[in-house]
Amino acid sequence: MTRPLIEVRDVGRVFRVRSGLLGQPKRVVAVDGVSLALMPGEVMGVVGESGCGKSTLAKIILGLLEPSEGEVLIDGRKLSGMGRRERAQLIQPVFQDPFSSLNPRRRVRDIVALPLAAQGGISSAEVKSRVDRMLERVGLDPSMGERLPAQLSGGQRQRVAIARALVMRPRIVVCDEPTSALDVSVQAQILNLLAELRREFGLSYLFISHNLAVVEHVASEVAVMYLGRIVERNDAESLFRDPRHPYTKALLASVLTPEPGLGIPETGLGETMPDPANVPPGCRFHPRCPVAIERCAQETPSTQKGDSGLVECHLAAPA
Amino acid sequence: MSRWRSWGRNWGLWLGAFIVGFTLFVAIFAPMVATQDPFAQDLSRRLVPPSWMEGGRPQHFLGTDGLGRDYFARLVYGARISMLIGIATVVTSGIIGIALGVVGGFFGGRIDDVILFTITARLSIPLILVALAVVSLVGSSLTVVVATLGLLLWDRFAVVARVATMQVRTLDYVAAAWSAGCSQPYIVMREILPNILSPLAVVATLEMALAILLEAALSFLGLGVPPPLPSWGLMIAEAKDYMFFNPWVIMVPGMSLFVLVFGINLLGDGLRDLLRTGRVA
Repeated sequence: MTRPLIEVRDVGRVFRVRSGLLGQPKRVVAVDGVSLALMPGEVMGVVGESGCGKSTLAKIILGLLEPSEGEVLIDGRKLSGMGRRERAQLIQPVFQDPFSSLNPRRRVRDIVALPLAAQGGISSAEVKSRVDRMLERVGLDPSMGERLPAQLSGGQRQRVAIARALVMRPRIVVCDEPTSALDVSVQAQILNLLAELRREFGLSYLFISHNLAVVEHVASEVAVMYLGRIVERNDAESLFRDPRHPYTKALLASVLTPEPGLGIPETGLGETMPDPANVPPGCRFHPRCPVAIERCAQETPSTQKGDSGLVECHLAAPA
Repeated sequence: MSRWRSWGRNWGLWLGAFIVGFTLFVAIFAPMVATQDPFAQDLSRRLVPPSWMEGGRPQHFLGTDGLGRDYFARLVYGARISMLIGIATVVTSGIIGIALGVVGGFFGGRIDDVILFTITARLSIPLILVALAVVSLVGSSLTVVVATLGLLLWDRFAVVARVATMQVRTLDYVAAAWSAGCSQPYIVMREILPNILSPLAVVATLEMALAILLEAALSFLGLGVPPPLPSWGLMIAEAKDYMFFNPWVIMVPGMSLFVLVFGINLLGDGLRDLLRTGRVA
């Protein structure tokens, strides 16, 4: 069996948020006991609504945040013990907002060259040729290297961000909602580019999104997060064909269809938003669950592993 | 549409830049601008009025002061003192304040608590009293004034740099630089510092105007630049004895001080508007 490129073991992250001068600091559980593994060449999609902890998980895997508990292994080695240069060679990010992910004061060329500059010891001619090649590969003319980010469109900026992520030839790219800040017409271009680059460079993606259609398009395996936990995980095809967890079912039902006659779909989730500062007892999904029974409010469901996936629900069997 | 608006916004910037630039030019080339000696006394020619007034002499463009020294030369050499104090104070206090603010904003936590306490402690120190104490301990000189102001006026730099750093630190391009494997000093110097400079440029103009005014105030009180150096504040102090019969002796340095501080503030306002609209990339 091959070794997973990313192995997340029981990772949790708790933020303490001060409320007022004398208020008790609140414990906000952003990520709680998450385990997952990304195999080489795979694309793991992580879906969930805003505030479910998917971006916090991405930051932990990138080494930008320390986990409160658990550990992350990258290519079999502990992330926490890795040097910054070594880590940069393995894993790189593409962020959501291409307007805040590029330093507005630096030229595109210097932005893309940043990972090479951080490694040091690469001649400037070598850096220039690698940056030019990478710009060309993501569909930008090398002459754009002289521009500032403000002179580029959103799609071009995201291409610059992708070029920066790939210039070092990492093995993993963590894409945190890479298309949700873009126009619909540009989204497809960026997704296709990411798919092409994955095949060409043999990359593995951790692909975070709230958009199920996007995840279905790119992911080979999908993890569904709710209030900091992975409630269901399966290979993409089975998950979309046969969702087990009521939350996954609701998410799939909520996808907007292009038929206007159908209107906005009914999810059965109710109006309340989940609050990570106040996680419900028992199954954390039970207040919004359309099929909850009494047991759900009292007893935390255990993780049930099936042939290909896992699910956390009293009422569902794993696939 | 935006052309008219930007011109309307920019006239202050250009006027301020002209006033500050002109004063700087005069200060640098003082020996060429003023041909007379600002220290040479001539008691036979005391309180000569400016050349365009009745009794004025062509060789004393702005007349002479109570000791018969050429007023134009003293004004020009006084600009040197003002600009020197303004710039030296801004450089000293800017380095201290920006370093403290960036460190506090970047690292946060305990370090930030200590720095915030230092800023608060500094804000509770009355400037004039400290200057008084320093002068009575070590005596007054130009160096003492610059050192006192420079070591005290960093609070606004620190406050602004700290808040701006806290904002920029959370942006994705800083996260991308971490992920790219950049070191902490690199991220502070290349990713954060260039992006907090615009609010700091505005603070610099404010502090420069404040430093020049404070020097004038200290010199007026006899705690600043010692005579016979020609400082504008000192000129105002020396002129106050004659102001009822020879009002121009107090108006010349007073107006100069007003115009210079006004110009620096115009420059600061203009810079703020220019940088806020993001046209300087």
